[in-house]
Amino acid sequence: MRQMERELEMAKRGREFSLPLLRIRPRVSKQGVAALLFLSPAALIVLLFFVAPVLLTFWISLTNMSVATLGRTELIGFSNYLRILRSPYTSRILQNTLLYVSATLTFNVGMGLILALLTTHIEERVGVLFRALWLLPRITPSVVYALLWTWATAPAPFGTLNQVLGPLGLPSHNWLTTQPWGVIILANGFVGASLGMIIFTSAIKAIPPDYIMAAQVDGATTWQIIRRIILPLIRWPIMFVTAYQTLSLLASFEYILLLTEGGPGFYRTEVWALYAYHQALSNYFGNVQFGFGAALAAVLVAIGVVASVIYLRVFRFQQMMGEPKIEGV
Amino acid sequence: MGKIRKGAPYLILMVLSLPLLLLYAWLFIGAFSPRTHGLIPEGFTLSNWRFLFAPWGNRPSIWVAALNSTLLAGGYTVVLLLVSSTAAYALSRLSFRGRRFFLMLVLILHAFPSITLLIAIFYVLRALRLYDTLIGVALVKTALELPLGIWVMKGFFDNVSWDIEMAALIDGCSRLQAWRRVMIPMVRPGIAALAVFAFVLGWNEFLLPYIYMPSSRNWTLSVFIRSVTAGGAGEILFVNYGVIAAAGLFYVLPVLLFFLFTQRYLLQIYAGGVKG
Repeated sequence: MRQMERELEMAKRGREFSLPLLRIRPRVSKQGVAALLFLSPAALIVLLFFVAPVLLTFWISLTNMSVATLGRTELIGFSNYLRILRSPYTSRILQNTLLYVSATLTFNVGMGLILALLTTHIEERVGVLFRALWLLPRITPSVVYALLWTWATAPAPFGTLNQVLGPLGLPSHNWLTTQPWGVIILANGFVGASLGMIIFTSAIKAIPPDYIMAAQVDGATTWQIIRRIILPLIRWPIMFVTAYQTLSLLASFEYILLLTEGGPGFYRTEVWALYAYHQALSNYFGNVQFGFGAALAAVLVAIGVVASVIYLRVFRFQQMMGEPKIEGV
Repeated sequence: MGKIRKGAPYLILMVLSLPLLLLYAWLFIGAFSPRTHGLIPEGFTLSNWRFLFAPWGNRPSIWVAALNSTLLAGGYTVVLLLVSSTAAYALSRLSFRGRRFFLMLVLILHAFPSITLLIAIFYVLRALRLYDTLIGVALVKTALELPLGIWVMKGFFDNVSWDIEMAALIDGCSRLQAWRRVMIPMVRPGIAALAVFAFVLGWNEFLLPYIYMPSSRNWTLSVFIRSVTAGGAGEILFVNYGVIAAAGLFYVLPVLLFFLFTQRYLLQIYAGGVKG
């Protein structure tokens, strides 16, 4: 009886395998064994480097672990979190983080959109060239990329920026010291813009040309076509890039570490993720405080977990998870 | 008027891209001149490249660092390809309990900013006695790129026709044989794309070796160059930046050449990593 049900089910799904000649029955157990075999390396790695660290982050954040207390670590409840709330530096770090994320995000999405619109508008060969150029920062080692910006913004007579601005009558600066945020946001933005550029480009290319031609026939200007046709049609990719980059910017600190180390001066460009790193892993201030650093990181981990689950729902990833087509053997 | 309208997008693109061109131009000019004023070199020299043959301060040879970078990038790429192509095969072709859960986990981890786990991973590596080893860092790098790797490979497996695999299974292949003899050859372009992408990421990696492999015998090129530039803006006038430019060019040149030939693959991953 169940056998028949299965065959009916298969026939309903339109599988050629339900032909009597090739009757292949699903044997769940055997597939389960195969799946276990194929998945166990990945599962082990996920367990060791994602699941365990998430739990560990929260556990360490509840202890007083530091260089001073390494031998006798104790659970101290939520003291580290209270310390975050009471710390006079927290508001400064928070402001820095907000500025960094919002400004870089605006640059990334805005520039990505402009680049995608322009490079799809011009001749394809040239467009490809420009897109390749904008991919360069992404594939350049961060250490070298930061070096390029350090040099470009160096004081006269060495820095390129001062050399360009000098003739315009602007006084020479060491821009990384006088305008650290400007440099950090631009340096990050020139890397980040390429993600939006690539995704928007393929979205724009997927728009049927008839839509745009029809609008042109009706006398629409280029701006109207962008505003009324292209932008509404690539709304989802734009939202996706915005959501995705918000989260990764919130957790990122590599380029800031390389460019300013959070300075110049006291926490001038220290963002939340860099602060956590400094407290827990870097000997910058002599006394490394794992517990406090882990509490700072735990805040980001919690935001990360919640946001990525929400993204999964919003962007309807379930659609991509259709059942596999082979049931049997 | 018509000409202006046609030329305008090119002009805007040129202006927007100019900073990029200037940034990279300095690397090439600076590496071959004793000093530069902006982009104007003060003569031509090859002496910036002496670090290739002579020690640089008390640092290990740059060739050791280059070897470490190659081992890290190559080793983790191989592990990543193996682990993600087996897992992706199971998720794409097998029906089993927990499949949905695992798929969701992969997607959530794909969006999750794993860099927040740096502190805790430090303890995991200590517990596994893999702190300050190349294997440890390679494993962490594999883990961080695994969600993307699985997702990309799953996309390629999904596109392979069912008939081919079915034929292999009916001919008596086991799943493992079907995977190795039939499926893997079919997704070769996907493996190539992921390999190129992963290798470049591994070659460029800075934070992981910097944090988890402090001993100088383990230095990769990124950590080596960081040790020279760490003074940042404050020290810029006291360091010979021609030499640093040369070292930077030495580090980035393989990537640039690689990029010239494999751009297509990289674009595939950047665009596909999101589309699924």
